[in-house]
Amino acid sequence: MTRSTYREAIRLALATALEADSRVLLMGEDVGRYGGAYAVSKGLLERFGPERIRDTPLSESGFLGAGIGAALGGLRPIVEIMTVNFSLLALDQVVNNAATLRHMSGGQLGVPLVVRMATGGGRQLAAQHSHSLEGWYAHVPGIKVLAPATVQDAHDMLLAALADADPVFIFEHQLLYPTEGDLDPARGPATIGQALVRREGSDVSLVTYGGSLGKALAASDELAQAGISAEVLELRTLRPLDVEAIEATVTKTHRLVIIDEGWKTGSFSAEIAALVAERVFYELDAPIARVCSAEVPIPYAKHLEDAALPQVPAIVVAAKELLGRG
Amino acid sequence: MIATRARALALLEQMFLIRRLEEKCAEVYSAGKIRGFLHLYIGEEAVAVGAMAALDAADNVVATYREHGHALARGLTPTAVMAEMYGKATGCSRGRGGSMHLFSTPHRFFGGHAIVGGGLPVAVGLALADSMLGREGVTACFFGDGAVDEGEFHESLNLAALWRLPVLFVCENNLYAMGTALERHESVTDLCVKPRAYGIPAENVDGMDLFAVEAATAHAVSEVRRHRSPFFLEAKTYRFRAHSMYDAEAYRSREEVAEWAQKHDPIDLAVAELTRRGLIDGAEPAAIDLRVRAAVERACEEADAAPLEPVGDLLRDVLAPEVG
Ligand SMILES: Cc1ncc(C[n+]2csc(CCOP(=O)(O)OP(=O)(O)O)c2C)c(N)n1
Ligand SMILES: [Mg+2]
Repeated sequence: MTRSTYREAIRLALATALEADSRVLLMGEDVGRYGGAYAVSKGLLERFGPERIRDTPLSESGFLGAGIGAALGGLRPIVEIMTVNFSLLALDQVVNNAATLRHMSGGQLGVPLVVRMATGGGRQLAAQHSHSLEGWYAHVPGIKVLAPATVQDAHDMLLAALADADPVFIFEHQLLYPTEGDLDPARGPATIGQALVRREGSDVSLVTYGGSLGKALAASDELAQAGISAEVLELRTLRPLDVEAIEATVTKTHRLVIIDEGWKTGSFSAEIAALVAERVFYELDAPIARVCSAEVPIPYAKHLEDAALPQVPAIVVAAKELLGRG
Repeated sequence: MIATRARALALLEQMFLIRRLEEKCAEVYSAGKIRGFLHLYIGEEAVAVGAMAALDAADNVVATYREHGHALARGLTPTAVMAEMYGKATGCSRGRGGSMHLFSTPHRFFGGHAIVGGGLPVAVGLALADSMLGREGVTACFFGDGAVDEGEFHESLNLAALWRLPVLFVCENNLYAMGTALERHESVTDLCVKPRAYGIPAENVDGMDLFAVEAATAHAVSEVRRHRSPFFLEAKTYRFRAHSMYDAEAYRSREEVAEWAQKHDPIDLAVAELTRRGLIDGAEPAAIDLRVRAAVERACEEADAAPLEPVGDLLRDVLAPEVG
C-alpha cells in the first residue's frame, strides 16, 4: 500500500498495461511530448516511445474512429480525449460504430477499446470545459461507462477496462486528478458493474458517483452531527448499473437523495429515480430528492459556478427535508 | 492488366452476378421480401470488381451502405447476402444489419457503414493495427463523392498520411450525393486535389472500365505495399438506378441516365473489350448470365427458406458473452 494521487494512479495503471501487453497503446491530443493535458501520461513517451504514446492531430472523430479500427485489427488502444466536451466531435464514432458493430455484425466483430476523458466542473473553465455528459454515454447500449472516484479505482478500473472485450469509457472528474489516497497496485482489476457502499447508514441513502462522492461523504459527516445516519452508495459504473445495490440501500434506509453533476432534465439521475420507482417504490418513505447542476451552461464566475454545481449544503438540506427536519 | 482468359471471365461473371442479384433485389423489394433502405450499385459494378481483384485475402475492406457489389466481389456468397437482406439468421450479419450492413470477418469485410464518412476513421485504425503488428495487409476503404464533404474524410486522410498507414482510399465518384450533384456539394470538383493537399498520391480512373480499374487498383495497391503509406484512387462512375428505393430522381434527367446506360454500361464495355481481344466468344456472355441468374434464384430460395433469428436472441451480442 502506497500513497498516490489519482493522476499517478492512472499513470501507473497505464505503465503497467503498456509493460504487460505490447498491443496496448495510448493515443490522444498531447499525450506524448506535452505529457497529457492533465499530466496523466507524463514520462510515458520516454519509456514507451512515440508509436505507443501517440500524439494525435486535433481530430477527435478521426482518432477515436482509428481506435475502433485498431481494436478491430487486434490492438488494445487507449484513446484519451482531453475533456468530455471535445468528445462530442467524436460522438458519431462512439454511438454509430463502437456501440453498434458487435450487434450489427451478428456478433462477428468486437471493439476492445478504452476511451478516457476528463469531465465535470469546478475549475472556473466556463461552459465549454465544465460539463458532465457521462450520463449521455450511459444511455447507449453496447458500451460500458465507468466513473472512478477514488485513487484505487482510478488504477483498478483502467485495468478492468483493458481486460474487457467491449468499448469502455472512463470519465475522470477533473477535480480528482490531484487528490491523494491509498493505493494497493496489486489488487487487480476492479469489478465492472459493482457499486460500493462507501459509508454505512440507516436513515437516508445518498447515491452518487465520480466527482460528487467527496461532497456526499462531506454531507454525511454534517448529517451525522445532526444525528442523521446517511448511507453513501457510490455507483462507480454507470453502465452496466448495479441496480441491486441501489435497491438494497433504498430498502435499508427508505429515503433517497441522488447527487449528480449532470443536469436533471432527461438525465442519469432521472434514470435512477425511475428505476427505484419501478422496482422498490413501496420501500420509499419519502419522495426521491435530487441534487444536480442548475439548468444552465456552467458559468465562469466563481460564485455563479458554485451556485450552478451540486454543493454539500444542498445535499444536507435535501436529506433533512426527506426526514421532516428541513 | 488482367492476365488470363479464365481470370477475365471470372471477373465478368462477378459483374453479371452483382447486376442480376441487384435486379432481383429490386423485384423482391416490391414484393416486400426486402425492406428498409436498399441502395443499388447497378452501373458501378466495374469499380468493386476491378478493385477487389487487386486485393489479397489478408487485406481489409471497409465499404458503405451501397456495398452488395463489394461484398459479392470479396467472395461473400449470394445466399449470405440475400439472406441478410431477407432479415434471416443465416444472413452474413444474422439479420441485424440488412442491406446496408453486410459483415464477414472471414473475408476481412468490415462493413457496411451507413454514416457517410464514418467508415474512413475505422479503415485508418485497421491499417494502424496492421502497421503496428507488422502485418503486410492493405486496408481498402470505399466511399462516395458525398463523403468527401465530411470532416471525417479530411481527418482520416490527414491521419493516414501523417502516420504513413497502408490505406487505399477508393472514392466512387458517381457524380451525385443522393440528389445533390457534385458541383453543388464540392467547391472544387477535382477530388484528387484533396488527397494531394495531404501529401497522398492520387489518381483517377474510368470507373466504367473494368480493366482500367483493375490495372489502376493493382498499381495503387502495389504503391501502398511498397511505401506502406496511403494512396487515393478516384473511380469516375455513374449509378444507373435511383439513390434508394424511395428516390423519384427529380434531380437528373431521364436522358442523362439513358445516355450513361447506353454508352457506358460496364458490363457491355467489358464484353466488348474481351471480344476485341479474342478472349471470349459470342455465346459466352449469355452462358455466364444464365449461370448467375440460376445462382441468384437459388440464393433467393435459400434465403426464403432460412430461419429467422429467435426473438429470444434479441439482446445477444450487444456486449461480449460473459466469460467464466
Ligand atoms: C452523416 C450522414 N449524413 C447524411 C446521410 C444521408 N445520406 C445517405 S447516402 C447520402 C449521399 C451520399 O452520397 P455519396 O457519398 O456520393 O455516395 P453514393 O450514395 O452516391 O454512393 C446521404 C446524404 C447519411 N447516411 N450520413
Ligand atoms: Mg455519390
